[in-house]
Amino acid sequence: DTDSNTDSEEESMSEGEMERLKEEVEEKKKVIAIMRNKPWRMKRRLVHLKECQEFVDKFEGALGKGKGRKFYAYKVMMMKKWIKFQRDFENFKTTCIPWERKIKEVESHFGSSVASYFIFLRWMYGMNMVLFGLTFGLVVIPEVLMGLPYGSIPRKTVPRAEQPTAQDYSVLMDFNGYCKYSVLFYGYYNNQRTIGLLKFRLPLSYLMVGVGTFGYSLMVVIRTMAKNADVGGGDGDDGEFTFAWKMFTSWDYLIGNAETADNKYASITTSFKESIVDEQENQKDENIHLRRFLRVLANVMIICCLGGSGYLIFFVVKRSQEFANRDDLSWYEKNELELIMSLLGLVCPPLFETIAELEEYHPRIALKWQLGRIFALFLGNLYTFLFALFDEVNNKLEEEVSIRNASIWALKEYYANFTLYNNDTDTTPPPMDPSDVIRGPCWETAVGIEFVKLTVSDIQVTYLTILIGDFARAVIVRFLNYCWCWDLEATYPSYGEFDISGNVLGLVFNQGMIWMGAFYAPGLVGINVLRLLSSMYYQCWAVMATNVPHERVFKASKSNNFYMGLLLLILFLSLLPVVYTIMTLPPSFDCGPFSGKAKMFDVIMETIDLDLPAFLGTLMGYAANPGLIIPAVLLMVLAIYYLNSVSEAYQHANAELKKKMQMARDEEKNRRNNTESTDQVMKDLEDLLPNRSLLPPAPPPETDNKADQGGKPTKVRPGTAGKDVNLQKDVSLSSPNPNARGAVTRPPGPRGPGPLPGNGQQGPGGGPGRGRGRGQPPPRR
Amino acid sequence: MKEDVKVKVLIPLLIFIIFLCSRLHGRYHELAPHLVPMDYTNEPDVKIPLALIVSMPELNENPFRNRIVESFSEDGAGNLSFNDFVDMFSVLSETAPRELKAIYAFKIYDFNVDNFLCKEDLEKTLNKLTREELSPEEVTLVCEKAIEEADLDGDSKLSFADFENMITRAPDFLR
Repeated sequence: DTDSNTDSEEESMSEGEMERLKEEVEEKKKVIAIMRNKPWRMKRRLVHLKECQEFVDKFEGALGKGKGRKFYAYKVMMMKKWIKFQRDFENFKTTCIPWERKIKEVESHFGSSVASYFIFLRWMYGMNMVLFGLTFGLVVIPEVLMGLPYGSIPRKTVPRAEQPTAQDYSVLMDFNGYCKYSVLFYGYYNNQRTIGLLKFRLPLSYLMVGVGTFGYSLMVVIRTMAKNADVGGGDGDDGEFTFAWKMFTSWDYLIGNAETADNKYASITTSFKESIVDEQENQKDENIHLRRFLRVLANVMIICCLGGSGYLIFFVVKRSQEFANRDDLSWYEKNELELIMSLLGLVCPPLFETIAELEEYHPRIALKWQLGRIFALFLGNLYTFLFALFDEVNNKLEEEVSIRNASIWALKEYYANFTLYNNDTDTTPPPMDPSDVIRGPCWETAVGIEFVKLTVSDIQVTYLTILIGDFARAVIVRFLNYCWCWDLEATYPSYGEFDISGNVLGLVFNQGMIWMGAFYAPGLVGINVLRLLSSMYYQCWAVMATNVPHERVFKASKSNNFYMGLLLLILFLSLLPVVYTIMTLPPSFDCGPFSGKAKMFDVIMETIDLDLPAFLGTLMGYAANPGLIIPAVLLMVLAIYYLNSVSEAYQHANAELKKKMQMARDEEKNRRNNTESTDQVMKDLEDLLPNRSLLPPAPPPETDNKADQGGKPTKVRPGTAGKDVNLQKDVSLSSPNPNARGAVTRPPGPRGPGPLPGNGQQGPGGGPGRGRGRGQPPPRR
Repeated sequence: MKEDVKVKVLIPLLIFIIFLCSRLHGRYHELAPHLVPMDYTNEPDVKIPLALIVSMPELNENPFRNRIVESFSEDGAGNLSFNDFVDMFSVLSETAPRELKAIYAFKIYDFNVDNFLCKEDLEKTLNKLTREELSPEEVTLVCEKAIEEADLDGDSKLSFADFENMITRAPDFLR
């Protein structure tokens, strides 16, 4: 009986107290959550934490009631363990990020802008690894494991004519010979619809992987851009707080190295000087016509350069087409195209920089112009190269027709010969030896070879440049300095600086070439992964060993989206040729996974017809109807328009809010700054009020008033009267006044008899009452 | 559910503190091995002087190293106990919230410790940043402009509200 009583008592008590307990626990929880944000000393924090934790522990279990108590405690324990596990896993994941220490080392020596290049490189490596995994896993490995081996069918065999030289180093370096007839290139893949036990559909997979490469890259680039945009928040207010920010945020707290610190000091000084000059230059305006003329001139010169380089490439490509027909080529003639393109990439940027000095832009703007021009240079070159390549492809396609006829004829001849020599019409003749079959020109493999050669030569040029331009230069400067007339280290040529923009652009363009070539040469992605991996180590070493920190550090944070934007642009540009070829050009008749089909995407049609259930086929048929597609496209256009107008509205609202904030700030400022003038108004008002000091000597209450007010010298200062505090003091001080009643009954101003208003005899600070319901103003002669 | 959230918040904070503590204690100890005991269960009252702390490689190149250490010390002269040491690094770390960093940044730049950034404070900051390479007129110009930009209440010095308003908009602040 008593048990149940106490039980129910307990329950009712805990129910009643439940709310209070919950509230207290909530409070403690809040304290814990914001504790990290409070600038308390550690001791205080720990004490509070212990307190809160004890409280929480004590009542945690008590809040679960009755039979569920044990289970509840168990649940809590499991939750704790799970959270600990999550925490450990997070820590483990952080330690798994590759090259983190290396990059941090570079960062502490060279600042965050150089490190941003390496972070970009690492990001590219990650993306390429995924692409590599896709390509190798779904295309190369199935062909190698489940497809026919080398030598079994014509497309997988080196033709007999080429066999003696197929293993020569020079031939292999050109990616001919055994290289050409390997998994590296498109031509190796068989067009069997399904291969192996698992009935793996290789041609379909090849096409899907090709498309998926672009899809994945697009998704990843846009996701990264969106993330960067969140963090950066756009350009922010450029004009606001320039000097304040420079002063308080320009020091990079992560610098731990004396040389870098020296350079940081110098760059901060330069940046301040620059801003000062900017500030002063805003007032004066130089000869604007001369400047405009010079800028136009510079642009004209640069356009000439760009045009010249475009023509040069076109010319060289035409020549290489002629060379393709000859056999006696020197090394130079064979690699002329790649060499010229790489050389242009090396020579033109410094040329642009020199010409750009005519323009006299602010360095940040000049940098953007520079990047834009180099971009145009590379783009122009790349597209000229592509057009030349397509010329070649068309030639090959024409060739193909005649060769196809020739090969069919040759096969018939072979069979005829066989029956002739064997006099046996029943046995099936063995198939012609694969290396004897007449081979078509296989334009896809030729294109793939071109891209691979271009990539490889680019890699070679980059590595050589680092070796000679940086390493050899550093060695020469260091050792020749001992016996040279002028100080090599301090003046020309000194040590090289790490060229961030050049390297980033190189990386971006290289990736563009990979994207273009990956469809025709699946091995290209693997080559790129190797290149990025070795590049990371090589360039980290080169930077630390041969470069000096920049004299002017350019901020990494804002420009990140600029590089991503370039990457996105290149992605689209490299998508176009591939899509064009898939859609329009017919695949070669005897090589590659699409041989024998009219168009490459016929694989999809085939799959839909044969592999998927019938209704899906009819469904797709309906979906492909223009009557459905055009409305869909219209809908998407409308959606884009709607989203665009919504975002414009948000931007507008943002601008309005900013303006409001600015106005509020200015108002605050003016309010404070203008207390003098408002005080002036107040003073004038006081002057207008009747002059109480001209009254006959007041009865004691008033003298009391006067005495009281005499004891308040603080309030008369016009300047300080601007502070609210003082005015409030006046009001509060009036209460202990024994004549409070008297004082209070005269709120706005003295209404009593007295001299006429307008008596200026009291002087600047005087004036009866001062509008505060005072009696006699303190004497101020 | 409330209890779960409590746990979620509390445990990571504790673990964070414990994890950080063990690594930092190693560093604290190596600064002054003869002063700092390895065993802190008796809560000894040990403080390391300013000169030893600013010799740490992370702080050595920083122009504000003296101010940083001074603003975290209880006595204002730069002697850090282990608690203060941990405090300092937790605020300087990347995971510290922005408001907290703003508060301590204000303290660091306030050279005369009067809770305002007056012109002299700014001039000292600027000279430390540029190692006195700017001419006095340039220094004056920059300080005036900075105050003009950030000062909201018109008292020609920056109170914490002014500073915070200005610094929270800066894109480069978190470093």
